[in-house]
Amino acid sequence: MVSAVFHSPLAAAAEDVAVMKTQTSNVAVVPVALANAAPVQTKPGFDWKGLLMAVMPPVLGLVLLVLIWSLVSVGTAGSIPTPIDTAQQAITIFSDPFYRKGPNDQGVGWNVLMSLERVALGFGLAALVGIPAGFVIGRFDFLSRMFDPLISLLRPVSPLAWLPIGLLVFKGANPAAIWTIFICSIWPMIINTAVGVQRVPQDYMNVARVLNLSEWKIVTKILFPSVLPYMLTGVRLAVGTAWLVIVAAEMLTGGVGIGFWVWDEWNNLNVKNIIIAIFVIGIVGLILEYALIKVATAFTFEEVKS
Amino acid sequence: MSTEALNAQFIKIEGVAQTFKTKKGEFPALRDINLTVAKGEFVALIGHSGCGKSTLLSLIAGLTMPTEGHLLCANREIAGPGPERAVVFQNHSLLPWLTCFENVYLGVERVFGAASKSTGAASENKAQLKARTDAALALVGLSAAAQKRPGEISGGMKQRVGIARALAMEPKVLLMDEPFGALDALTRAKLQDELLEIVARTQSTVVMVTHDVDEAVLLSDKIVMMTNGPAATIGEVLHVDLPRPRSRVALADSPQYLGYRKAVIDFLYTRQAHVEKAA
Repeated sequence: MVSAVFHSPLAAAAEDVAVMKTQTSNVAVVPVALANAAPVQTKPGFDWKGLLMAVMPPVLGLVLLVLIWSLVSVGTAGSIPTPIDTAQQAITIFSDPFYRKGPNDQGVGWNVLMSLERVALGFGLAALVGIPAGFVIGRFDFLSRMFDPLISLLRPVSPLAWLPIGLLVFKGANPAAIWTIFICSIWPMIINTAVGVQRVPQDYMNVARVLNLSEWKIVTKILFPSVLPYMLTGVRLAVGTAWLVIVAAEMLTGGVGIGFWVWDEWNNLNVKNIIIAIFVIGIVGLILEYALIKVATAFTFEEVKS
Repeated sequence: MSTEALNAQFIKIEGVAQTFKTKKGEFPALRDINLTVAKGEFVALIGHSGCGKSTLLSLIAGLTMPTEGHLLCANREIAGPGPERAVVFQNHSLLPWLTCFENVYLGVERVFGAASKSTGAASENKAQLKARTDAALALVGLSAAAQKRPGEISGGMKQRVGIARALAMEPKVLLMDEPFGALDALTRAKLQDELLEIVARTQSTVVMVTHDVDEAVLLSDKIVMMTNGPAATIGEVLHVDLPRPRSRVALADSPQYLGYRKAVIDFLYTRQAHVEKAA
């Protein structure tokens, strides 16, 4: 295949077609061959193939999901609604997401926003406590040894186990849910920040010592930038966990929120809305994750190769 | 001590030994190191890998403390690292999130931005600091790359920024730990020539760790050859009396140069033949 690159443009163009047909293993070669052939003729067909490869597998995956869903729907004799029925219901729901008819009947938009607000509050408080705590634990060996057993003991506890404590202490459903989010999202941030601080390359610290940098400069110019990628990974994990937990917590506490909505629709035996809720939860989680990955890549720099 | 005597013993290493504590017990890396470096002298430390030449450089830098003996720089005990003994690290160690300019500026700001207690110099303003940084980058020929991040430039350029960062602090001593070790032969030769020129211009005192015989002979006034570790020490000191400025092409067939080269090779491969070679 590589030889095609060195042929005359015409021959290359001819071979290009062959390459397109047989191309499975070496993707990198084809653009070179194409570039050589470009002055003679354009190859719109090839671009279609690239687009197809990008679009078709995910579409097929979704089709597979809908197919299985339909089969399950038929198999359960309609107690699980069909994809088409659900889609129609979704259109009705999303045509008016922000209505209010009393405290227990509000639009899906309000439910999602209320859940996001709780996540933001609980997660924000956790970040305020967890990230500085991670810095301190990572910087001082004594504290690291001191808190390691505590973190190891508390981290594996299911977040929902903390809900009764929250209800008891805060005497309210909403603060208890926020407390649950706080406690489950604090661990990834503490641990990842601490690991990041411990893994600051010794070379950078040597530079700081030779340049005799002030403690402030060390923190702002060396520690913080090199810990940032680790910290953002912690943040991403924390937001993911928080979004998982909020649904369960709201099912237990009630009020307005996407988790409560799922439970309410179950009590109404409105399965279509439950399935819609599952999609909404998934899509919101996906957006959160994607946004944080984008932020993380923007702050990740090439490390020194030793 | 008179200034002249002090200048002859600008760096003084007396009876230094370094032992590391490892899981398998104590590991003696260096013993009985006695060495003086005069002001403006270029000294190369050469030896097989594992002979403790980098350990000795860390001691002079103050990054580690000796187990025995003491080190003096300008008649003062070396108690820790500091900008008067700038280090050029083997892997350049530039901060990847700062531009080349910012990397150099970081050191300049620390040395000249604050009023110095030791020299009594007043602090310089931002424009002066910026001018110093630009001058240092110009010295290594990287003015054009000043606003690039280390990830965007080649290995040779990164190493040049590392040198610029060290030189910009106007150190009393420039310590270099195999600065060109990771570079290809052509880039290395180019940087060696640049370094020769810079050192001639700035009259710097340089201690450089290397494992390259030609590099040592071409650059140094004095080659310190070290025996094999563990418990390595200085085997022999060779004074290189080649006239400066030196040209690598002119020296290539100079009998004097070849004589020095032979002496170092003889030491490294005959008297201190590495254990692995015999196996």
